Amino acid sequence: MKGTSRREFIVNLGKWAFAGCIMTPGLAFLSGCADSLGQVATNLLDPTRIDSLKKTYATVTKSFKDITPEQEYYIGRTIGAVILQKYKPYPNERANRYINLIGQSVAQASDLPETYGGYHFLIQDSEEINALAAPGGLVFITKGILRCCRSEDAVAAVLAHEVGHVQYRHGLQAIKKSRITSAATALGIEGAKTFGSDDLADLTSTFEDSISDITKTLINSGYSRSFERQADRAAVTIMKRVGYDPQALVDMLMVMKKRLKPGGLDFARTHPSPQSRIDALQKVTGSYRKVRVPAVRQKRFQRYLALV
Amino acid sequence: MKDRILQMGLAMVILIAMVSAVAAAGTVLSVQVRESALRSSPSFLGSVVGKVTYGNQVILREEKNPWKKVSFLSGKITGWIHESALTTKKIVLVAGKTAVETGASSDELAIAGKGFNAEVEEEFKKKNKEVDFTWVDKMEKITVSPKEISRFLKKGQVVAKGGSK
Repeated sequence: MKGTSRREFIVNLGKWAFAGCIMTPGLAFLSGCADSLGQVATNLLDPTRIDSLKKTYATVTKSFKDITPEQEYYIGRTIGAVILQKYKPYPNERANRYINLIGQSVAQASDLPETYGGYHFLIQDSEEINALAAPGGLVFITKGILRCCRSEDAVAAVLAHEVGHVQYRHGLQAIKKSRITSAATALGIEGAKTFGSDDLADLTSTFEDSISDITKTLINSGYSRSFERQADRAAVTIMKRVGYDPQALVDMLMVMKKRLKPGGLDFARTHPSPQSRIDALQKVTGSYRKVRVPAVRQKRFQRYLALV
Repeated sequence: MKDRILQMGLAMVILIAMVSAVAAAGTVLSVQVRESALRSSPSFLGSVVGKVTYGNQVILREEKNPWKKVSFLSGKITGWIHESALTTKKIVLVAGKTAVETGASSDELAIAGKGFNAEVEEEFKKKNKEVDFTWVDKMEKITVSPKEISRFLKKGQVVAKGGSK
């Protein structure tokens, strides 16, 4: 009890009683817990304090929105590391810098330009057609999908689509609700310095489960059609704001359509067909017209693409 | 029936007034990103007049969606910052002050370092040695400044119709 007042100890006791309750799924249990805590704590805490306890823990379990940008950052880092297990990085400094310049341009124009750790973009050394975003703004793009791009505007389209997933926090929504509930017990834990080893072990397994929920969706099953459509629409908005031609997204999808192997293992499995995306996009961008890019931009695009 | 509609209309007006009051001038907001800057104008191209870090509190002065003009609590520095860097929640950095003790709900308060944090990541690494973070750390070091972005767009003749956001 060194350094802890009696009152703090009691408050902590209450918190732990509650943390245990929240681990039990189901709101009925939660409210039941609130009552029993009320009984246990009546002799220890004054009524306003009990109310605040109830209020705090009743609101804890809402949704992925309760995951703070800081926690999202740590989830994103690990997702990034897992994605890098699948595709190795392509460590060409100049090419990566080019991708980061385009990526940051589109990220700045998104509705979520500021994330805890910021946006960072990396090319992956794979001929598979794919692009992936980890929560918080780590974005990965394969050489394979870069080869589907016929202009810088098309690269911007791919990156803006991924930024769209980050902006809408689609990755976090893949985490099963039951995990958010148990992660929320962490609210009862004050901070890194006060983790006991059991708490840390619990929290780490919740973390592992959440990571696996996201990677299963990202790498194996893919997002829902509506999430993909949302990301495509975000891409169009972002491109208009920056000054890239939104038709370049359609252009990229047309190339992708020709190159994707039906029933393939990569993008084909995790995304709606390029044609269905084109059809949905044309409701926003109008019918397709050829993308026109200033010569100076096209020249630098070809110069950098030659590096990958 | 008419009264009912009137009542509902009134309720709506009050609701709208309440919602807009949430972010009214004078509101205290917290920085929810690791680091950001206050700028001289509502744009990433505005010159930096001050730096802010996670948990810093600022007072709202003026809004130009999606930018907010804010001041440090000391009132010394005022500048613009994108709304995505801010939260109405108070971020508690010091361990020991909990939501319970302040009587605040999780809607009002976030505790820095709670839940998934560096310590959890270390624990994860110990259990999953095959997951390599080297390139995650490396890619986080790739940064480009708003000025470099602006130069890059200009050189490539990337011009937003109707001005940039």
